[in-house]
Amino acid sequence: MMNKLTVSSSPHFRSPRTTRGIMLDVLIALLPALIAGSVIFGLRALLVAAVCVGSALLAEFLFNLICKKPNTLGDLTAAVTGLILALNIQVNVPLWQCAVGSVFAVIVVKCLFGGVGSNFANPAVTARIFMLLCFTGTVGAAAAPIISPVGEKVLIGTSATGATVDVVTGATPLELLKWDGALPSLSDMLLGIYGGAIGETCTVAILIGFIYLVARRVIHFETPLIFVGTVFVLALITEGSATLALYQILSGGLMFGAVFMATDYVTTPITRTGKMIFALGAGVITFLIRYFGAYPEGVSYAILLMNILSPYIEKWTAPRALGGAK
Amino acid sequence: MPLFKLGSLHVPHKKNTASMAAVRMSPPESVLIPVTQHIGAPAAITVKPGDEVYVGTLIATASGFVSAPIHSSVSGKVKKIEDFLTPQGKTVPAVLIESDGNMTPDPTLRAPKIESADDLINAVRESGLVGLGGAGFPTAVKLEAQKKGNIDRIILNGAECEPYITADTRTMLDDAELVREGVELLLRFLKVDEVIIGIEANKAECIERMSELFASNPSVRVERLPSAYPQGAEKMLVYNTTGRVIPEGKLPADVGCIVMNVTSVAFLAKYARTGIPLVEKCVTVDGSAVKSPANVIAPVGASIESVIAFTGGYAEPAAKILYGGPMMGVAVYSSDYPIMKNTNAIVAMGEREAKIKPTIPCIHCGRCVAICPMGLNPTAYAKAMNVDDHTDRAERLTAAKINLCIECGSCSYVCPSGRPLVETNRLAKTELREYMANQKKGDK
Repeated sequence: MMNKLTVSSSPHFRSPRTTRGIMLDVLIALLPALIAGSVIFGLRALLVAAVCVGSALLAEFLFNLICKKPNTLGDLTAAVTGLILALNIQVNVPLWQCAVGSVFAVIVVKCLFGGVGSNFANPAVTARIFMLLCFTGTVGAAAAPIISPVGEKVLIGTSATGATVDVVTGATPLELLKWDGALPSLSDMLLGIYGGAIGETCTVAILIGFIYLVARRVIHFETPLIFVGTVFVLALITEGSATLALYQILSGGLMFGAVFMATDYVTTPITRTGKMIFALGAGVITFLIRYFGAYPEGVSYAILLMNILSPYIEKWTAPRALGGAK
Repeated sequence: MPLFKLGSLHVPHKKNTASMAAVRMSPPESVLIPVTQHIGAPAAITVKPGDEVYVGTLIATASGFVSAPIHSSVSGKVKKIEDFLTPQGKTVPAVLIESDGNMTPDPTLRAPKIESADDLINAVRESGLVGLGGAGFPTAVKLEAQKKGNIDRIILNGAECEPYITADTRTMLDDAELVREGVELLLRFLKVDEVIIGIEANKAECIERMSELFASNPSVRVERLPSAYPQGAEKMLVYNTTGRVIPEGKLPADVGCIVMNVTSVAFLAKYARTGIPLVEKCVTVDGSAVKSPANVIAPVGASIESVIAFTGGYAEPAAKILYGGPMMGVAVYSSDYPIMKNTNAIVAMGEREAKIKPTIPCIHCGRCVAICPMGLNPTAYAKAMNVDDHTDRAERLTAAKINLCIECGSCSYVCPSGRPLVETNRLAKTELREYMANQKKGDK
């Protein structure tokens, strides 16, 4: 037998799991939220998603082409970024703005820092903040659901005159919570039939994705649990009402951010303990912004701030070597 | 007992040959015996072309403290001494012996007289025994540690955590009696409190056989270990059976343990009976390119080609051939390479099995950190190796405890981005060693 043999370093077996496979799992986990979003807010949601994903892929392809780098679309990370961004904005954002956001996420936040694995900030989170600042009128507004609520509205708080009012028409529950108003029923909150971003509102769909990701061992269950749990506990202490604390965790981008953005590999600490600290920190910052900040919502900022702290958390939580002298 | 759980992972077991008793191979036409078949100094050749040799005739003596003698595995005539390129890339001399096909044992061989610890260690030294688990550390040197007086445990490694390999499994089943005799020798002369036999849970039959065998011996404990790679690595085995942690840069002996492979112990008993040195080895022949996987008792020096031919040849052309298992095995350049003393398996992979996923950038997923049995962060080494300044690089590697890496391959195995983490670690270790040596030179 004279055929040539491959000589390479051990190990000669590799696990069947690939980065592409992991990203595909994330895309699958995002599907329930996308489907729910297009039912709740209309089929334009699919168009927004298509534009975001398409422009993310095109941007990465062109960037690599111009920089004479190998094509990296196959790892599917650009597709994941595009889809997460789409689910993070409301359904009526003009398509050109969607494209601008997507290109920003991929080119500025990811590719310019060295591409997949080298970015310090979560591309989708950063792009959402970028869009919110640039296109406040459209991205900052809340789209109303096209299907009718299943439950009665819940009145909370009182205005200065003592009358309960719905302060802003089409306002998100978070804004209502902040400035008092008539909240959607808890069942509508779970089903996502209230104003908000495409993928953020339907908690049930997000939880299906969460269970899928945990079952496929893509993410650890603790990160979302600690993130959401921290906000819940802090809200409970502040409000003294479990119902209001529940509204806090069911509304805004918290569930979605905790499941899909705070669990991003690249921009969170590499150790499991580090990931837990990350989640705790993100929960605290979200709470602080929601209760003491000027904005009703703080999930994106919380994740971005914790992204910046990640390398330090990683250093503090470095694993202890077996038999390693200090 | 162990305080916390070490990182580990599940690799495919593929123990296809577990139920196949080892078959002795027909004598090969010739054997090629390199002088480096162990960790330490190469043995010094004592024969010249034309010399008549028998099975067990000394052909190279140990040269130095950490070294082992080498014996002829066939009877016949020394044809020539040639250069041999080891799979590690070093060139060493090797003795080519033409077999007369008779396999006549050397008439001067006698069973050794063992009446004391020194006798036992001397016998082990003369037998040419090296760690048969794969590392090939001269066993006599290991046993010498007993003289320090702190050794209270001997741990027999029957974990056999590598995929495919069942050579130790067969030893525990087919040569159980020899294992018992070997353990009794060790207990009698090395004066340890306990002999622990560590076996992975997937070898229920072995656990049962060993437990049966030592039921009446209170000094022997059979420990059922979880089937989690790398259970058979020395540091893991010591920790999981005794709870003792081997500190950085130290040996099992420093925490009162001697670790020996079960097959090494069985050989020891056989040598005590017959005086025939280590000249043959049970190897598992498997892999997708092998037509009929088998356990073969092959003379040291028989070519891989002849061993595979003995089992029935190839199922498909081999794309990669390994000494040892897929996790830590060493790929060879050609199937002409000989069976060595510490070869426990020959794995021949077909093209599909040998294919490795392409390397893409690290996505920081943390899988390598989560499973590292030594509690290291493999990504830190790759990052350190990207630093240009050599001093900075050396400092980072030292801080990240590169020298604790046991190169088990777990990190490369789990990496979804197909990154060559173990390869990087080897490179990093070599670089660091060179850097330290240069620093030392500079100081003088």
